[in-house]
Amino acid sequence: MRLTQGQFSFLPDLTDDEIKQQITYALNQGWAVAVESTDDPHPRNIYWDMWGTPMFDIADAAGVMMEINACRKANKGKYIKVLAFDSQKGFESVRMSFIIDRPAEEKGFELIRSEGPGRKVDYTIRSYATEKPAGARY
Amino acid sequence: MTAAPDIAQEASPETRTTVDLDALYAASNIGEILDQLDRELVGLVPVKSRIREIAALLLIDQARRQLGLATDPPSLHMSFTGNPGTGKTTVARRMAGILHRLGYIRRDHVVSVTRDDLVGQYIGHTAPKTKEALKKAMGGVLFIDEAYYLYRPENERDYGQEAIEILLQVMEDHRADLVVILAGYKDRLETFFSSNPGMGSRIAHHVDFPDFRSDELLDIAGTMVAAWHYRLSDGATAAMRDYIERRMDQPRFANARSIRNALDRARLRQANRLFAKGGILDADALQTIEEADIRASRVFAQ
Ligand SMILES: Nc1ncnc2c1ncn2[C@@H]1O[C@H](COP(=O)(O)OP(=O)(O)O)[C@@H](O)[C@H]1O
Ligand SMILES: [Mg+2]
Repeated sequence: MRLTQGQFSFLPDLTDDEIKQQITYALNQGWAVAVESTDDPHPRNIYWDMWGTPMFDIADAAGVMMEINACRKANKGKYIKVLAFDSQKGFESVRMSFIIDRPAEEKGFELIRSEGPGRKVDYTIRSYATEKPAGARY
Repeated sequence: MTAAPDIAQEASPETRTTVDLDALYAASNIGEILDQLDRELVGLVPVKSRIREIAALLLIDQARRQLGLATDPPSLHMSFTGNPGTGKTTVARRMAGILHRLGYIRRDHVVSVTRDDLVGQYIGHTAPKTKEALKKAMGGVLFIDEAYYLYRPENERDYGQEAIEILLQVMEDHRADLVVILAGYKDRLETFFSSNPGMGSRIAHHVDFPDFRSDELLDIAGTMVAAWHYRLSDGATAAMRDYIERRMDQPRFANARSIRNALDRARLRQANRLFAKGGILDADALQTIEEADIRASRVFAQ
């Protein structure tokens, strides 16, 4: 099941050139780009692992690509996303976020129904990936 | 705006048979920046003509691409050799602007480093440091001052070699992303290239910065005080001429930098002179460096 989170996630995977163009756009807005990865892609998991700090001092997409490639090397087969943080007063938040790498085989999610009193049904989802302990998921 | 963008849309590379070099030149704004270089930097004739040659090369390269003549982008890694204070750092800053306007680099910035910024103190420290500098410089110019200190043959475990290897890799793989300029004394940089042939062979342009003549140094003194909104009185100009003649023969003479330092001290003396005198001052008094402010220098003591 293809994970759809953030921008462009209904499009085919971005090529490196397309990733660079998006990063160039972010840098031209004065936003700092960051890279994060995870093996727990639950939509409520907002704590992906940061790859270093946001790159406040890098001026060009080619510099960011060096970090992205280093992160890919260290996190083969996991989800990796690129974020752009706007530090301007009033925003002070993430303005862009898109997945750039994903596992070859995506495990997807299970929909869990739990029936309560009065036939009330609660729904939740659980990532099949997290059945296994961290490190053995993808 | 100039006509160039329209020209670019007029025809696809396949159908176009001519290219308007004048329009390309106008669109790049390169004339303005070369004129500014001529105006603001005294002397440096061989350096300026090398820069014009490189600008011509890049402009022709643009024209060729417009006609669909495939070319690899030319390699523009450079070495700037010359004695201290001959303008290497100053020109490197300008170089980024020139290469940017000609579309060779994407960003008009120079990241200036020395050995300490690239080489670490212990195992595993060097690669992250070097990569950090490279990442910051990406898209623009990386200026490595006194580059030969990266190579310490007397210490076979020196981490400088690791930095050199990472640099070489990036200079080769990221030609479109980065221009590296190595600077320093000519003889030492040549020795460095002969013991690191990989580095030497990746440097396409060797630019030599000659020492300034005494009349050029006096011109430089004039441009410096003008930039600070000061002026030299006639007596001070004559004193400066004497100063330069004497200073050039003394140890640790550093061309334009020695002039800057001398003027900095003259400014200090001028301020002290005015302060000691007190009272009401006009703009002229505040702007003028007098003969005495120069003659008080240690250089005249012997
Ligand atoms: N041709 C020149 N005209 C005017 N000022 C110059 C010129 N060359 C150098 N300077 C000034 O001299 C000082 C030293 O120059 P710099 O570029 O740092 O020399 P280098 O890097 O070769 O040691 C700077 O303050 C610079 O502004
Ligand atoms: Mg210098």
